[in-house]
Amino acid sequence: MSLTARQRFERRERLRGIAIGTTSLVLVVAAIYWLVPLAPGWEAVQRSFFNWPILVKTFPKLLDAFLVDVMIFAWSLPLILVLSLAIALCRNTRNPALLPLRVFGAFYTDIFRGIPTILLVYLIGFGIPGLGLSRPWNSPYIWGTVALVLTYSAYVAEVLRSGIESVHSSQSAAARSLGLSEADSMRYVILPQAIRRQVPAMMNFVIALQKDVALLSFVGPIELLRQANVFKSLMANFTPYVGAAIIFLCVTVPATRYADYLLARQRAVRS
Amino acid sequence: MENPKLRLSGVTLRFGDLTVCDGIDLQVASGELICLIGASGSGKSTLLRCINLLEPIDDGQIWLDDLEISVPGLDPNPVRRRIGIVFQSFNLFPHMTVMDNITLAPRRVLSQQPDETAQAAMALLSRFGLADKAAEYPDRLSGGQQQRVAIVRALAMQPEIMLLDEITSALDPELVGEVLDVVRQLKVQGMTIILATHEMSFAREVADRVCFLDAGKILETAPPDVIFERPSNPRTQQFLARVVRTNG
Ligand SMILES: Nc1ncnc2c1ncn2[C@@H]1O[C@H](COP(=O)(O)OP(=O)(O)OP(=O)(O)O)[C@@H](O)[C@H]1O
Ligand SMILES: [Mg+2]
Repeated sequence: MSLTARQRFERRERLRGIAIGTTSLVLVVAAIYWLVPLAPGWEAVQRSFFNWPILVKTFPKLLDAFLVDVMIFAWSLPLILVLSLAIALCRNTRNPALLPLRVFGAFYTDIFRGIPTILLVYLIGFGIPGLGLSRPWNSPYIWGTVALVLTYSAYVAEVLRSGIESVHSSQSAAARSLGLSEADSMRYVILPQAIRRQVPAMMNFVIALQKDVALLSFVGPIELLRQANVFKSLMANFTPYVGAAIIFLCVTVPATRYADYLLARQRAVRS
Repeated sequence: MENPKLRLSGVTLRFGDLTVCDGIDLQVASGELICLIGASGSGKSTLLRCINLLEPIDDGQIWLDDLEISVPGLDPNPVRRRIGIVFQSFNLFPHMTVMDNITLAPRRVLSQQPDETAQAAMALLSRFGLADKAAEYPDRLSGGQQQRVAIVRALAMQPEIMLLDEITSALDPELVGEVLDVVRQLKVQGMTIILATHEMSFAREVADRVCFLDAGKILETAPPDVIFERPSNPRTQQFLARVVRTNG
């Protein structure tokens, strides 16, 4: 197959771009690799942050502890989706009889978006078990998760609500003109389009939630960050923190890439 | 007129200070095809939306057979089942296949069995040359095909009246014909139709009567040969002279 002059030119340009990019990347990495160890404090930093034997020793335990994060994530995510949907629908009602629900929805989103997540984790995670409930209802593990669910639901509800509002009113006119009830229009016509539109935005909250699960380390469960903390005190070394960071990155980086991919695909479809 | 299918009496609708429908009187017989013509902004779309109860009217009455449907507080959904409307911009549901677009309302509103609905939908699609599109999503169809699906979707509710709002004005000229053919078919089958349109030659061909709207008022109602040959109202004459000049 013979190429046109234009194609030959473009291929040469592409190869040239790849070559330049690769060379400069290698140079920068090499510079970091050779230059950073020349810093005066490097030996001490390496001993306490990048200590290979300690990493190898603690990593399996850290992975075990990470399962707790995964568990918390796995059962808070569906709760968040259900609760945020309920709040978004509350805020969207136009029926005067349901005004209390609208007011409640507005209050809810204002309050739980207005409190720093960590503060809410403290307040609920310590406060409610302090009421003297019986087991298992006195577990900070449960109430810390509740705090996460409350906060995240408020954010996701707003994302869903703006999604609902972004579906053009002609769609609901079309649905109602066919005799569909308000509830059916919402359920079959508006909501599926709203959710589809907001999936990339919601993915960002999913990613943030993966990390914010670590906030629960302050109220009880031995999850990854808490476990790393225990090892740090035990061994007087910060390497377990680096181990924990690596584990988080292994999960969040692919998820972030996936969210970017979804967003790019959506842009391509719209334009 | 004896036993009109649809009767409008003094229908008035205001948006703030703007009176968009101004005391509209109209009677439509069963099986009749009425064309609404008039300049942009004269209130054709709004009048159709009032009949479908998408806009609650401020004054006047609308009767469907013997039922007054303009009573405030009346549940609009049973009425809308009996009146189909098709919009200029199709408004198909983009996240559903053609088949689901058509069968959603019959399943949910008429509580039909799924296979019964699907069969009826297939029959309608075949009738309008769309049988092979049942599984497609709307964005894979041409404008003319989308508009025909929108018409089928309204027909699937077995309405007694069809309101068609400039159903060809968003289409490329070469696609207009296939949609107008659908209207001709509906008329032959005896459907009662109110059609808002800028296609004067089509109005002239199919209409039983033509209403000329101007600033929310029906200024003249007459059979098409009268309206187009000997309009009595000077504003109708002006409008038609302008349209004929621009349409060549
Ligand atoms: N929701 C609304 N709020 C305020 N004004 C409106 C609304 N809908 C329509 N109008 C106004 O009502 C008037 C009639 O509009 P309508 O769409 O019925 O005209 P039309 O005859 O269908 O015009 P076209 O031929 O351009 O479709 C216009 O002046 C328009 O600006
Ligand atoms: Mg219009």
